[in-house]
Amino acid sequence: MRPVFGFIAGLLFGLGLIVSGMADPAKVLNFLDLFGTWDPSLAFVMGGATTTAFIGYRLVLRRPSPVLGTEYDIPATSGIDRNLIAGSALFGLGWGIGGFCPGPALTALPLGAPGTLLFVPAMLIGLWLGARAGTLSFSSRKTEP
Amino acid sequence: METNAITPFTPLASLGGGVMIGLSAVMVMALFGRIAGIAGITRGTLGAILPGAGGRDGRDWRATFLLGLLAAPVLVTVAGGGVPQTVPEAPLPMILAGLLVGVGTALGSGCTSGHGVCGLARLSRRSFAAVGTFMVVAFATVFVLRHALGAA
Repeated sequence: MRPVFGFIAGLLFGLGLIVSGMADPAKVLNFLDLFGTWDPSLAFVMGGATTTAFIGYRLVLRRPSPVLGTEYDIPATSGIDRNLIAGSALFGLGWGIGGFCPGPALTALPLGAPGTLLFVPAMLIGLWLGARAGTLSFSSRKTEP
Repeated sequence: METNAITPFTPLASLGGGVMIGLSAVMVMALFGRIAGIAGITRGTLGAILPGAGGRDGRDWRATFLLGLLAAPVLVTVAGGGVPQTVPEAPLPMILAGLLVGVGTALGSGCTSGHGVCGLARLSRRSFAAVGTFMVVAFATVFVLRHALGAA
């Protein structure tokens, strides 16, 4: 059951990215280009997604435990540390260069654009390196948002 | 970067697609009790293959979640729809961008979905700080590449 519903959730996420236009890096880069060919669409994606999750989480968390799991695993850390800010800054830099964040990059992979085929393997290597660096500098820190 | 293609403003489709993304995040919380962050889900799946990638639990649903993401454009294409996109092609910038996005989201513990959608919905202080940081840096990066350096 868990793998099947995992697939459905991933499919819904990917279709959402395509419908919203976020699988197109040009649309993302144009959102980030306030002083050029600005396209505000990304703000509507974030607004729709965050509002839905805000309401949905509050309904869901009334249940004592997840339907297919034993307990909710929600990040408890609240401190703003150097890794959080430095990591987010590096991410912002890469996002501004390529127009891809992880979800749209993976969703765009089967479309086979040359830029995507370079970006995704580099991102996977980066994730692995970053996770190793994170555990080295802050051992035992839980790494979820 | 040469991708200065003008893209149409699509408020309704983008809002609708955003709601779908939000529903997926709610599903992941309701069923598995987890945050639907793509960077974290990908790292968790990598952790099942590579040592030191972290996040070993929940690999059953994480791996199929990623398959679902990959299946989305295939399904749309088979159904006769198109997925319009203009992807930057310069090889070195795209490799550099991929590395930065990977390292950054692993170190910063989240991306546009984990910190953006899920974190903001939880009103997490860490996520507000992360989103503020990557948004400002991304806006500045595009400004420098497109206008300050006059790349167009």
